[in-house]
Amino acid sequence: MASKLHLDYDKVAKARAYAAHVAEDTQQFIDLHTTVAVERTVCRLLGIDGVNEAEVPLPNVVVDHLNEKGALSQGAAFWVGNAMLETGKDTQGVAEAVAAGELDLTSVKPHAEAEIRAVLAPVVEASLAKIRKNRKRREDFIAGHGGEKNGPWIYLIVATGNIFEDIVQATAAARQGADVIAVIRTTGQSLLDYVPYGATTEGFGGTYATQENFRLMREALDKVGEEEGRYIRLCNYCSGLCMPEIAAMGAFEGLDMMLNDALYGILFRDINMQRTLVDQCFSRAINSYAGIIINTGEDNYLTTADAVEEAHTVLASQFLNEAFALKAGLPEEQQGLGHAFEIDPAVENGFLYELAQAEMAREIFPKAPLKYMPPTKFMTGNVFRGHVQDALFNMVTILTQQKVHLLGMMTEAIHTPFLSDRYLAIENAQYIFRTMADLGDEIVFKEGGIMENRASEVLDKATGLLAQIEQLGIFETLERGIFADIKRPRDGGKGLDGVTQKAPGYFNPFMEAMMEANLNAMKGGAVK
Amino acid sequence: MSSGLYQIRDKDLDTTLDLTKLRPYGDTMNDGKVQMSFTLPVKDDDKGAAAAVLMAQKMGMADPNVALRQKLDETFTFYVVYGAVTHSVNYNEIVVQTVGDVAMEMDETNEYIKSHLGRKVVVVGASTGTDAHTVGIDAIMNRKGFAGHYGLERYEMIEAYNLGSQVPNDVFLQKCRELKADVALVSQTVTQKDVHIQNLTELIELAEAEGLRDKLIFCCGGARITHALAKELGYDAGFGAGTYAGDVATFAVKEMARRAGTETV
Repeated sequence: MASKLHLDYDKVAKARAYAAHVAEDTQQFIDLHTTVAVERTVCRLLGIDGVNEAEVPLPNVVVDHLNEKGALSQGAAFWVGNAMLETGKDTQGVAEAVAAGELDLTSVKPHAEAEIRAVLAPVVEASLAKIRKNRKRREDFIAGHGGEKNGPWIYLIVATGNIFEDIVQATAAARQGADVIAVIRTTGQSLLDYVPYGATTEGFGGTYATQENFRLMREALDKVGEEEGRYIRLCNYCSGLCMPEIAAMGAFEGLDMMLNDALYGILFRDINMQRTLVDQCFSRAINSYAGIIINTGEDNYLTTADAVEEAHTVLASQFLNEAFALKAGLPEEQQGLGHAFEIDPAVENGFLYELAQAEMAREIFPKAPLKYMPPTKFMTGNVFRGHVQDALFNMVTILTQQKVHLLGMMTEAIHTPFLSDRYLAIENAQYIFRTMADLGDEIVFKEGGIMENRASEVLDKATGLLAQIEQLGIFETLERGIFADIKRPRDGGKGLDGVTQKAPGYFNPFMEAMMEANLNAMKGGAVK
Repeated sequence: MSSGLYQIRDKDLDTTLDLTKLRPYGDTMNDGKVQMSFTLPVKDDDKGAAAAVLMAQKMGMADPNVALRQKLDETFTFYVVYGAVTHSVNYNEIVVQTVGDVAMEMDETNEYIKSHLGRKVVVVGASTGTDAHTVGIDAIMNRKGFAGHYGLERYEMIEAYNLGSQVPNDVFLQKCRELKADVALVSQTVTQKDVHIQNLTELIELAEAEGLRDKLIFCCGGARITHALAKELGYDAGFGAGTYAGDVATFAVKEMARRAGTETV
């Protein structure tokens, strides 16, 4: 593809190489560690589900039990499989016995690793088959309904707090033209070190991410998708202290998209960096295997920092997110790298900068379904101006082929969207996407003009920053507050006590199988 | 009469401004004209539009004009309605209790602290009691801030400690003591059965009992909190919807200066 901005592709290659080196370096740390969330995920993938009388999820019961005994470093798969051999129970039976206080996993006679792997193998394969089936269901549905949609996907949020009310809103949004429905999570869920259970009707500013809620919404979207004759994607949040667990739940219930950033939780939720880096890797391996598109959170940098001055940190982070994702076997086609339309409306030529940056992201990450976020920071409650800001944002998307297009709402900063707000937003986007469908192809940018210079400047700065990060490593980069001006200590934040160094003989049968399939698919481009 | 296009002005309309009978202004004094929009959970037909007119009339609108009716879904229709409000209010009788200080910008606040207080200000905040919501306290304290207003963590001259949610009131006060807080911020989101009133009262009574009440500036906040309510409960200030970190910071540092007698320096 010829660059409309005449980007310096040697510089792009250099930036990419710096990022790859940072990810490589970090991977050495990741490979040596596991976390309570990773092990709970292994439990979930092994089919352990449900809660005890105190409503503690059984994966937490099992992992807490192992942690108390100081046995987590061996991995949950080892202990659960070992107990299966000794007791003849299935995985759920083992977990229930632990919950009932009848079984101490660590005092069961240890069997050989090969034996344990053998008893787990059919359970692992059944679980992987279930995930593959969901992936195929999506692919078949799309193929059976005229194939993938060209142009941007209209992404809308629902956030009533009540899954049943969310379904009403999501169904209406789908009928009005939404391609992706994101169910916003209730405030604070990212800091819960467990995933709540069952259908929920009480959330604040969003709805709990639970496996049952996932299932209910998937069912509703499939229904309206059949009526409308097109596939409606479902998005949730694979972030916080339960990153990989939510990935597993999403894989089981046929989700299509997940917010899933390598660094977001560290920066914006003060989650410990060691914890997040280990968790993100497994969560991405699962998302990759399940064919789930991830959305990264670079747009958030611009809500704390200035969108003109800090544009290069967005680009640098996109390179890092790409590198970490590739390390976890998640291909470019599933990387919804994020950015946002957040330049102050008072800036002269601000629209040109937005357009240049969006075009630059498109050209640097040509295969990625880029996620483009609408204005939020300068939405003021003036709903009329807000509608215009959203229109400008819609224009950038259609001119530069952004893919995951989060619709801006004129009532941003006032309330979670009304049914009518969503309608007006869709009408706005569809109008612009229709009347400007091919405008991007008709336009060339002036050589040496404002836009070309802007892109070149941002790329320059991002490359410089990545060179610095390569020297520092990711841990020190975060400690120094290079991203979003936020400093996070290596041993600070939430969830550090859930990080454990792996013992010799540790194994995670899902990570192994998924990574093998993911990397093979990336090499051969074959379907998993 | 229902179309505004060729409407001749009502000859009886008194176009003198009378603040004791204040009305909305469209293009003529006292015309009472307003625009509004709402959705009714019914299908888009004439009966639905008639329901929208009735709804507007019950809200006190004369001659409501449904400018747009738009189907949103099978059983949801959106209406844009114009009309004239038949009510008026007496502007002269209104008394509003507000935090008097006009919010300063972040840099201005930092400068103010340097020149009037000469040291960093310690702010401790939490959502106390059973309230699990951090959205309010985060909006005020997190660096990211809210709606484009940076949070207190970003202020160079403020040492901000956000203790999160579900902090018991006694633990909160103990932390305030340990951290040598100048300002205590309490956020309350859940207001069912007035649980926030009980909790805020408990906190201020505890502070009294521990001799902390007058040593700190106590502010409370939340969507249902008003300054008047806060004062009634014994707090120094209350911050409701539409207030941001800048409002809280400005009040807090100016109140500290007022108490230290340096406010006019």
